Amino acid sequence: MVPLSYYLVLSAILFACGVTGFLIKRNIITIFMSIELMLNAVNLTFVAFAAELRALSGHVFVFFVMVVAAAETAVGLAIIISVFRTRETLNVDRVNLLKL
Amino acid sequence: MSLHLWIIPLLPLAGAAINGLLGKRFSKALVNTIALGTTAAAFGYALYVTVRFLGLPADQIPHIERYATWISAGTFFAEYGIYLDQLSLVMLLIVTGVGFLIHIYSIGYMEHEGGYYRYFAYLNLFMFFMLTLILANNYLLLFVGWEGVGLSSYLLIGFWFLKDSAADAGKKAFITNRVGDFGFLIALFLLIKHFGNLQYEHVFNAVSPYPVEVTAGLLTAIGLLLLVGAIGKSAQIPLYVWLPDAMEGPTPVSALIHAATMVTAGVYMLERSNPIFDRAPIALMAVAVIGTLTAIFAASIGILQTDIKKVLAYSTISQLGYMFMGVGVAAYGAGIFHLMTHAFFKALLFLSAGAIIHGLGGEQDMRHMGGLRKYMPYTFWCMTIATFTIAGFPPLAAFFSKDEILWKTWARGDHVLWLIGIIAAGMTSFYMFRLWFLTFFGQYRGAQAEDSAHGHDGHDARGGHGTPHESPMVMIIPLMILALLSCVGGWVGIPTVLGGSDRFDHFLDPVFHSTAEAAPGGEAAAMPAEAPANHEEASTELALMVISVAVAAIGFFGAWFLYYKRPELPAQLAKSAGGLYTFVLDKYKVDEFYSAAIIKPIVLVSTNVLWKGIDATLIDGAVDESASGAKDISDGMRQMQSGNIRSYAGWVAFGAAVVIAFMVWKGVR
Repeated sequence: MVPLSYYLVLSAILFACGVTGFLIKRNIITIFMSIELMLNAVNLTFVAFAAELRALSGHVFVFFVMVVAAAETAVGLAIIISVFRTRETLNVDRVNLLKL
Repeated sequence: MSLHLWIIPLLPLAGAAINGLLGKRFSKALVNTIALGTTAAAFGYALYVTVRFLGLPADQIPHIERYATWISAGTFFAEYGIYLDQLSLVMLLIVTGVGFLIHIYSIGYMEHEGGYYRYFAYLNLFMFFMLTLILANNYLLLFVGWEGVGLSSYLLIGFWFLKDSAADAGKKAFITNRVGDFGFLIALFLLIKHFGNLQYEHVFNAVSPYPVEVTAGLLTAIGLLLLVGAIGKSAQIPLYVWLPDAMEGPTPVSALIHAATMVTAGVYMLERSNPIFDRAPIALMAVAVIGTLTAIFAASIGILQTDIKKVLAYSTISQLGYMFMGVGVAAYGAGIFHLMTHAFFKALLFLSAGAIIHGLGGEQDMRHMGGLRKYMPYTFWCMTIATFTIAGFPPLAAFFSKDEILWKTWARGDHVLWLIGIIAAGMTSFYMFRLWFLTFFGQYRGAQAEDSAHGHDGHDARGGHGTPHESPMVMIIPLMILALLSCVGGWVGIPTVLGGSDRFDHFLDPVFHSTAEAAPGGEAAAMPAEAPANHEEASTELALMVISVAVAAIGFFGAWFLYYKRPELPAQLAKSAGGLYTFVLDKYKVDEFYSAAIIKPIVLVSTNVLWKGIDATLIDGAVDESASGAKDISDGMRQMQSGNIRSYAGWVAFGAAVVIAFMVWKGVR
């Protein structure tokens, strides 16, 4: 059996990748994908603990996260499309109209 | 049994509220109806109350009506209530009666003025506060009226507020009064501290077991502080300076507020506090000394004034001095007696002066008058009666009242005060007859001054004044009524030596009942006219009367000689007197002295220390510093809010890292 720590390390690496991508990428789509990566890193942790502790609640959380992520993706993509229509760019550094 | 006395002050208040809030759209006739209607109703009701009061059995006097508790805090309480005894009854009749006459007169006098409704609203407001003052059943409610009449006085002095001198005079009156009020308030605090509350009957009961304080003690302190309050309100030395300036107001106001009623509030308050003063001979002596000094001081200034209203103003101060003198020698009845006759003849004098000013289109300088006897016969006769009254010729009112004060001063052994008083009486006679001769006799001197007169015409340009003219009947009739009162008003108190029975004094006796028991000299000294048992005393009293009439006659002939027979003499005398003349003409430079000794230093300290030092530097500095500091900090914080999504994300990540680090450090599992 694969030890729990392996899963956790993998999950941490995935999460770090997500954070790094989120911070350094300028394309909104890429940022969006980074967020999904972070969510799934967390999902992995949940499932790993659920298997280790034999508790179902971890699985339930994962389902919730996946549902919310799906809804978020739908809304997020709609926003991205409307941003692109008005600004004609997907570079987040140029979406800064609220700046002082 | 209730007399429903609350109606009396409420009527003028209603008039003031209606006229003051809605009067702008009313016609003059409607304003008149409301203002006069409420005042007349108050006077009528006061007469009804008088009849009912005289029918009360002695044990129901004072008649006290309680309506509500105003303040209740711990053991202290103050009520809305009315205290009617002989003293407040006399005041009530004076205030409503004279007030009503002056309301009538105002219709004629204020006819051409702007702000007509405002004037009557203020006048009614004054009546309300004055009635509150005299009818209150505790010192605190009295103080409400006391401040209220000060407010009305301020509003009416500054009635022509576009004129700087009027606005300034209003402020001066108000601020000077505050100095006195300060003393009064401390006296009230002392009363609360030592006697629990300020209800008259409670305080007087609590005071009664106190012995007469031969050396200064608590009651002396309270008495002196009450005196400070009275000095401010009744324009005595050293706080009299506001009253001459208050003549900037309309003349009926000068008559009602600054002669007949409000300024006598101080005297009323001292009389009301007689149980305290009876036990504080030092305070009483201070009252007498201040009164006497004021009487002669103001009279001497009045001699050289050229403004007709200023002469009357100083005369008022001087007469108030006599009233203080009366209180000060524990002749309370005499003080109130003089207060009453003074209300009649001084109102008459002011209203006559107002009629003259009105008839001359705003001219107040007596040097531009003269010969008016022919133009205004009615005013002339009324003024003549008033002048002879104030000078103290029998059988006119002031003869009886002033002589009673002087006689009681003598009888108490204060011969020096009596001497000063009698000299002041001579001066009074002199300056009043000077005014009389300058105004009504000789040639009219106004024609050539007509052009320049309009320049310093205080009362809106009335314009179109050719020759002086008599005033309308609506002004003359109140004059006649007051003239009649000035003649016969003194007859209620004809002393025993002249075949009368001193009825006025006996009427007031119950109020000052404790006087006889506690007065320092015993009954005989306090109430000498009570029973002039021995022949010697009666003959002394008669001799003093002869002296005072003689002094009045000397004043008359002096004025006659200087201002009628040889009108060129005064100028020569003035030249030979030189510096002294200008010193007196400048009112002893008291205003200048106050300005240099008190006002300038206060202004200087306020400007440099309080304003520029504390306010501008310290307080403003602290406020400005904290504001700009907050701004700087915000400026720094603002940099985080860049609008750059990735920097926000960076902050979120940073925050999360900090939280995690914290949890690791704390060892949270």
